[in-house]
Amino acid sequence: MSWFLFIILAVFTLGGGLGVVVTRNVVHAALFLLVSLVAVAGLYLILFAEFLALVQVLIYGGAIIIVLIFAIMLTRTAEYPYISDNKQWPLAAVAAAAVGVVLGAAFLDNNHSQTTPNSPAFADLANSLFTTWAIPFEVASLVLLVALIGAIIIARTGEDSR
Amino acid sequence: MVPLVAFQVLSAALFAIGIYGVMARRSAVLIVMSIELMLNAVNINLIAAASHLDGTGRWANFDGQIIAIFIITVAAAEVGLGMAIILRMYRNRSTVNVDEINLMKW
Repeated sequence: MSWFLFIILAVFTLGGGLGVVVTRNVVHAALFLLVSLVAVAGLYLILFAEFLALVQVLIYGGAIIIVLIFAIMLTRTAEYPYISDNKQWPLAAVAAAAVGVVLGAAFLDNNHSQTTPNSPAFADLANSLFTTWAIPFEVASLVLLVALIGAIIIARTGEDSR
Repeated sequence: MVPLVAFQVLSAALFAIGIYGVMARRSAVLIVMSIELMLNAVNINLIAAASHLDGTGRWANFDGQIIAIFIITVAAAEVGLGMAIILRMYRNRSTVNVDEINLMKW
């Protein structure tokens, strides 16, 4: 049963990823990315990471895809279908295949973990996040604040600000 | 039960797809999408490793999940900033083709 779910989710994840890098329509690419990200949330559920699955659907499926589609809408140009791939795509395919094969071979070669997945309790996750990882947590909030302010300043039209 | 190595090979494949996208695409928006694919591959790897830990080693079995939360946070910040930069680029140059954005190329 677990293998069955894993194979279905893996097909959706890799298929969505391939759709993102192959399709010539940029809106379809965003929708393929959504398929891939939601399938990854399913993979987190197989791994008993319920909180991460929730966060994945909320942030990736909700926020990031919306932002990407807004960017596509605001930069809609007739050139999108013609600029999908550049001339070095065979080189890129070779490099990507090399990285994938090397990484996969390294993982297969280092295959000595035969434990079964287990689920940490929600309370343990929260305790660890707010005690051991408290300072990185605060830094992450600062990073988000700086990114927000930076995005507003960069994207503002500028006539009224100078 | 699905072994850990299956998730690791899946994440390697997804990461390779993301690398292909970053290198072969010319639209800046599509490059950002490919970066998201690579970040997701890393997250799959982290969470798979985290949930296969037994909690007796140096890392508790939810530390991988916490690092994945931080990666998702940084990815959200990255997309926000990246889209702002792409909008600015489009307004100034009327293109999102990264081959034509060569102002800083010597």
